[in-house]
Amino acid sequence: MSTTFNRKHLLGIRDLSAEEITYLLDTAETFRDVSRREIKKVPALRGRTVINLFFEASTRTRTSFEIAAKRLSADAVNISVSTSSVSKGETLLDTARNLEAMAPDCIVVRHSMAGAPHHLARMCNAPIVNAGDGSHEHPTQALLDGLTIREYKGRIDGLNIAIIGDILHSRVARSNIHLLTKLGATVRVAGPGTLVPAEFAELVEHGLRVEQRIEDAIEGADVVMILRIQRERQNAAFFPSMREYSVHYGLHPSHLERASRDVIVMHPGPINRGIEISSEIADGSRSLILDQVTNGIAVRMAVLYLLARGNHSAHEEASVKPAGPAGPVGNAKRVRKGIRA
Amino acid sequence: MKLLIANGYVIDPSQGLNAGMDLLIEDGRVARVLDRGEPAPKDAEVFDATGLMVAPGFIDLHVHLREPGQEYKETIATGAAAAVAGGWTSICAMPNTDPVNDSPAVTRFILEQGERVGLAKVFPIGALTKGSGGKELSEMGELKDAGIVAVSDDGRSVPTAGMMRRAMEYARGFDLAVVDHCQDHSLSAGGVMHEGRWSLILGLRGIPAAAEEVDANRDCALARLTSARVHLAHVSTRGALEAIRRAKELGLRATCEVAPHHWALTDEAVADYDTNMKLNPPLRSRDHVGALLEGLRDGTIDAIATDHAPHHADEKGLEFDQAPFGITGLETAVGLAFDLVHQGVISLERLVELCATNPARIFSLEERGTLRKNSWGDITILDPDHQWTFDVSKSKSKSRNTPFDGRSFKGAAVATIVAGRVVYLHPDFARITASKHSQFAAGR
Repeated sequence: MSTTFNRKHLLGIRDLSAEEITYLLDTAETFRDVSRREIKKVPALRGRTVINLFFEASTRTRTSFEIAAKRLSADAVNISVSTSSVSKGETLLDTARNLEAMAPDCIVVRHSMAGAPHHLARMCNAPIVNAGDGSHEHPTQALLDGLTIREYKGRIDGLNIAIIGDILHSRVARSNIHLLTKLGATVRVAGPGTLVPAEFAELVEHGLRVEQRIEDAIEGADVVMILRIQRERQNAAFFPSMREYSVHYGLHPSHLERASRDVIVMHPGPINRGIEISSEIADGSRSLILDQVTNGIAVRMAVLYLLARGNHSAHEEASVKPAGPAGPVGNAKRVRKGIRA
Repeated sequence: MKLLIANGYVIDPSQGLNAGMDLLIEDGRVARVLDRGEPAPKDAEVFDATGLMVAPGFIDLHVHLREPGQEYKETIATGAAAAVAGGWTSICAMPNTDPVNDSPAVTRFILEQGERVGLAKVFPIGALTKGSGGKELSEMGELKDAGIVAVSDDGRSVPTAGMMRRAMEYARGFDLAVVDHCQDHSLSAGGVMHEGRWSLILGLRGIPAAAEEVDANRDCALARLTSARVHLAHVSTRGALEAIRRAKELGLRATCEVAPHHWALTDEAVADYDTNMKLNPPLRSRDHVGALLEGLRDGTIDAIATDHAPHHADEKGLEFDQAPFGITGLETAVGLAFDLVHQGVISLERLVELCATNPARIFSLEERGTLRKNSWGDITILDPDHQWTFDVSKSKSKSRNTPFDGRSFKGAAVATIVAGRVVYLHPDFARITASKHSQFAAGR
């Protein structure tokens, strides 16, 4: 098992080995406790600056990164597209170079175009964290999903996981497919034919199947992940109506009867109630949607810590380093709403 | 003025020549080919081509010279300089300049600039529709009188079958080839790379092979309907080649060209979001590349054309989705074509056929692409063994957008002669010739 994470950037899950992913998850577990304390702050990144550079609207992810940075004592600065100079015609590269001149220790980037963080990573010195690039990857989302599954299932290896919805445009689906198959799960994806190309099966070497019907994907599943339907894509006419989508591709309680008895349901949010997921399920005992949000903080603390710490002195290292990777995985301290690990 | 290209190996598929011969050029035109030892005029200047291949000048059917309008990317002067450095004696300029070449004034301007520069011969291609807007026919007759050699709305496909039919029928009256960039817009819109496994991995919007194949089939059906000459630009897909192959079997006047990057690279090259891998048509998957190699081998593909498309570094420095399509290609094409020769895909003769003989025929460029008596003295001198590395910082083009910087090649054009005048000589030409002499001495 890898005992370290030596990459400069976190651009995607596809580039990572199973060992690196496990190390990130283990590190995140050690940070989870910080958020449960009364004083939710450790001095790990004191004096360091994290810039959240968001070219695309986001509440949850940006807030999560900001809180993660602050709980590590870093100075977090948020720049969103509406306040940036991008609207004045400045290029992505010029924006990033200007920010870099202010000596940040890490730049977290969200962009509507795939590859934008890679572009910055090539041209800038600061470590880059991809907080979602177009339809490409959203690595910290997959890590928090992986952490949540590990917490409730005790493992990822050998699980059957269904991902339902707009796979074609989903960076969450891509990052999750890479992470889950690398860690030994079997992933089945399903949704309307226009949003789930058959070629998707070739995305990874093994462990991925494309199903035509969502019932087939959910059959015997240990985990069901529902993707958000992006209403703004409706005009591209990938499916005839929201109504038809909710009837044929939305998750209803009857679907879960086909799944494993202790199935858990996840959604990256924000949810469209009654469209891709029924409220009974979203608010029900099998839903881990809010646990995902909580784990997002721990995962982002781990990522920022590993990338932004730079060269610590021995003294700092000793005082701020978390207690090392957690012991046995899946030692969920609480069993919530009757779901057993 | 007489120039004797001596001791070379003459390859001219137009007359089945493939032998050690000398070539005499007089007053800019081919006077005759001489057998070894046959006496040449004493007053001829001698060009020593020992150990080199002497071919009819290469003709690039597809370049973007950006002048008028986008001189910050390329000018006719810099484009023509890059052309002769790459072994091209003639280049055919696509009309998507600013303004579009849909008027005799623009056509004449391009011709005059080409003459003034005096390097590669520049042949303008006229717009197929006014402003290349896809709605009204351009004044093809006026344009032909001014000097265009074909019509095209390259960069975009002719939008409807009805428009294409009318253009073909009208162009037929002037015996102009209709050049189409086959791509059904309703399938390709928004796409930035080949649709397939890699576009799914990278989360980039794909351009399916079917977008090209649908239009290639459409154009071949219309060539049958109209008996017009249709030339499919930069074909990149198995299906487009199948359409052309079938059209040829039916005896239709359908031809096609392939661009070197389409056989040299695959869609996997996009993996790092390098905008120098962003092309239209896009770099395709291995299977399509295999079909292109097959088409080069079996004769389905008529010509090699660069689709030289210079862009400024600031434009190529944008996000992958935002950066413009295209790469420069004039200086690397012959090197990439020699890869095919060394890999046994094509013969040297076929290379000359693809770069000179056929292009001249496709656009009816009379007295070019051949070394017959009285043809223009346009010659490309090749060294199939020359090993070199492309260094974009030394490129003659104004732009630097190439995926081949630092790539090693075996085989190059080492001299370029236009109308009997040496317009390009490889910087190491003396050393190359000296090594040929010592090889020959050692051989004896």
